[in-house]
Amino acid sequence: MSRVTGYFKSLLLVELVQGMGVTLRYLFKPKYTMRYPMEHIPKSNRFRGLHALRRYANGEERCIACKLCEAVCPALAITIDSAPRESDGQRRTTRYEIDLFKCIYCGFCEESCPVDSIVETSIHEYHFENRGENVVDKQKLLAIGDRFEQQIAADRAQDAAYR
Amino acid sequence: MADQLINQLVWPIIYILCIVLPLVLAVAMFVYWERKVLGWMHVRMGPNKVGPFGLLQAFADVVKLLIKEVILPTKANRFLYYMAPMIALVPALAVWAVVPFSSTMVLSNANAGVLYLLAMTSMGVYGIIIAGWASNSRYALLGAMRSAAQVISYELAMGLCLVCVLVLAGSLNLSAIVNAQAGNKGIFDWFWLPLLPVFVVYFISGVAETNRAPFDVAEGESEIVAGFHVEYSGSAFALFFLAEYANMILVSFLAAVLFMGGWLSPFPVSWGFIGHGGFPWLLIKAFLFSFMFLWFRATFPRYRYDQIMRLGWKVFIPIAIAWVFVAGCLKYWGLVSIGTGA
Repeated sequence: MSRVTGYFKSLLLVELVQGMGVTLRYLFKPKYTMRYPMEHIPKSNRFRGLHALRRYANGEERCIACKLCEAVCPALAITIDSAPRESDGQRRTTRYEIDLFKCIYCGFCEESCPVDSIVETSIHEYHFENRGENVVDKQKLLAIGDRFEQQIAADRAQDAAYR
Repeated sequence: MADQLINQLVWPIIYILCIVLPLVLAVAMFVYWERKVLGWMHVRMGPNKVGPFGLLQAFADVVKLLIKEVILPTKANRFLYYMAPMIALVPALAVWAVVPFSSTMVLSNANAGVLYLLAMTSMGVYGIIIAGWASNSRYALLGAMRSAAQVISYELAMGLCLVCVLVLAGSLNLSAIVNAQAGNKGIFDWFWLPLLPVFVVYFISGVAETNRAPFDVAEGESEIVAGFHVEYSGSAFALFFLAEYANMILVSFLAAVLFMGGWLSPFPVSWGFIGHGGFPWLLIKAFLFSFMFLWFRATFPRYRYDQIMRLGWKVFIPIAIAWVFVAGCLKYWGLVSIGTGA
């Protein structure tokens, strides 16, 4: 009996029509597509993107060259040299470089930093055009920090209760 | 002499251009529409960057194809290799000569229009076979062989479906076939009702004829890369593409003309304005049928090759033969009202 009904079912295209019903329903569904450059997916304030070095409000750089970030970095992406600053003899970095090709964006550097100097901003749209630009030096990191300080501070403030 | 020349040469050429140019444009828009519909059914958006709503996408693709190099494979047969796309395209365009667009609009009101139609659509497969053979590629040859066997099998079923229509209409002239579907009941006078199984068989055979999903084993990109046109690039490929889509549009138009009353209105004549027939009705019907092609493609996975053969020979042909007898009986006892023209 089931063979007979199965025969008529296939002859009358029952299952094919059901399948077409499914695709027809999908035709009118709202689309999942994100029109990327125009639209963005909402980002968490904990998003770990491009690095930055922050300054205090008076313009003094936060980094005290403790090298905790260099030590904790699992990818060995951070290189730091330090020396007493010539003007006042404070311990400061003379070289602070992050190789973004090595970096795995784990956020350990930010967690280890005692003065909240090195941070990972929520910037994820960046690129390099020349060989060697993947190694970001201190000047660039500070510049990124200066430029996005408001955003960085806001993200940190939002997350402060959980740190 | 000059009058004769104008009547026999210039006007026909103008008429031909009036059909072919909109057809090529329709193909371009159909490609865009296909990508859009497939996208929507995949819950994507489809092309939406080139021009408003991506409308110019097809034209961008045409330009891209035309400026690309046509590559000749090693040891390919140069002459046949370059001829094949043209052999595929010319019949696909030539068929349109007998398609009646409205009661007065037809390029060639041939008496044996249906025969011409069958002959021309069969010609298209030569382009595919020659392309497959001349490419000197295994994949292309396999694709061509599959396509040839498939088209020949389904042509039988399709021919038998046409026989049913001919029996009812009593004419080989396509305009006469449409007129035979005229009547006071509108949509219920058309041949799809008495010939419903045959109508379904015809349309599915049409999908198989044009090598479209789910019968696209000739291309079968997961098995034989792209089938008969693997080796073709640039404008040669564009011609195959054009032929395929022109054939799809043709099958849609023919389904409308043979079974769905061509240019006739689906409403009874007594309803006044919307009861009158005209080209827009044919266009709407053909559009719906061509939408079915895309719908099938988005829904069904590809048939296995032996399943295609089984479906053609063991299901469609018996159904069509059986319905030839049914159609004969319907006609003999006058159970179907045959119109004589509006």
